[in-house]
Amino acid sequence: MAAQQPLPAHADAAPGYVVLLDAAHGGPEPGARLTPQLLEKDLTLALSIRLRSRLAARGIAVVTTREQDNDPDADARAAAANRSHAAACLLLHATTSGTGVHLYTSSLAPASAPRAGSPRPWATAQAGYLTQSLKLASDVSEALAHAGIPVTLGSVSLQPADSMACPAVLVEAAPMLPRRGEAAAALSDPAYQGRLVDALAGALEQWRADWKAQP
Amino acid sequence: MAPIPGARASRPSIPRSQLWLFWIMLLLVVSMSTVLIRMRGRVSDRFAAAARPLPLSAGQNSEQPLRLYLANDMDGSLAEKPIRFPLPADPNARARVVLEKLLEEYAAPGSRHPLNPSTGVEEVYLLRVPGLPSGQLAVVNLTTAFVQNHPSGIEPESLTLLSMIATLHGNLPEVTQVRFLVDGQAHATLAGHADLTRTYLASSMQMSSDPAPGAGGAP
Repeated sequence: MAAQQPLPAHADAAPGYVVLLDAAHGGPEPGARLTPQLLEKDLTLALSIRLRSRLAARGIAVVTTREQDNDPDADARAAAANRSHAAACLLLHATTSGTGVHLYTSSLAPASAPRAGSPRPWATAQAGYLTQSLKLASDVSEALAHAGIPVTLGSVSLQPADSMACPAVLVEAAPMLPRRGEAAAALSDPAYQGRLVDALAGALEQWRADWKAQP
Repeated sequence: MAPIPGARASRPSIPRSQLWLFWIMLLLVVSMSTVLIRMRGRVSDRFAAAARPLPLSAGQNSEQPLRLYLANDMDGSLAEKPIRFPLPADPNARARVVLEKLLEEYAAPGSRHPLNPSTGVEEVYLLRVPGLPSGQLAVVNLTTAFVQNHPSGIEPESLTLLSMIATLHGNLPEVTQVRFLVDGQAHATLAGHADLTRTYLASSMQMSSDPAPGAGGAP
């Protein structure tokens, strides 16, 4: 049990800009059934792989929590994020409810930024990164809005996000429903998936500049 | 040794005190059996009464104001909807009726947070919050059918929990904490995402009568 496992501090991190992509569910855990043929675990993996390629093409180092149909547990996913000293962690989900993209940051009570070498509780490691997570969510929200994808913002307490010692945002993709002139698009639509991936890659490119500019 | 002819066989006599003790104990056994049979009947009646579904309405003339906090999947908001509905006097039954009414709204055509029509709430138990002078913990026992039919996703699951917690606290302000069970057992998530293992704080929730993006808060 990793309940109180101390984490390495950000000051020890490699200076490079690393993005962690966590494709939710996998293996025996299918997540939502998005269409009769499409499961959430398959869509999140497909989005993760496409986004990894886009980011690699822009020279951004990427760590993924899974590359195949397996289901690492929440601690393993958080450990991958914390070992990589990621500058941004995107947790990819999908649902049939709502429209566009739902962005969530952790609902933990904010804590002061972690000091170098100081241990932090595993279950609430995200508390020290909430301000950065909100800034990252803002960049992602802007990029999605620019791509014409409606965004809903919220907060949620969910593992492994709460154990991640990095700016972390949960990205839940939903179908595009026709409203206010927006065209409908299904989650299974490759063009819609491409728009999502492009917008997320653009946001992470923007975040690279914002992250470096932070004190 | 052979008995002496003509002599009367002597029977061992039971002392009078032991005879009295025997009859007293027999009387006690009979009376205790009677009491036990009656008590068993009463307990059986009590269980049978508890198993009967509680009335959903308390009569046509006892309609009371009720505030439902309805979720909207399109913008992730909760909106207050005041209605009038007959409510039972018993707080546990009242809490269950309030939640059943909320879930009825979600099962109705045109709902902005559509859920399959099924009996969602088996029972609600209101308990004192351990270690605190005031406030109640509501333990909401959901049915397996409700959980199995619930849409999967962070947003739909979070909104269901938020609206149930907000509606409970809005109508029973003494409810400050909420826990969820499924058929009387602890359950990891509602439908793969929202955590059902934790206790949610109802009193700290943000509630608004205006739709606002990011209902946020508890789950």
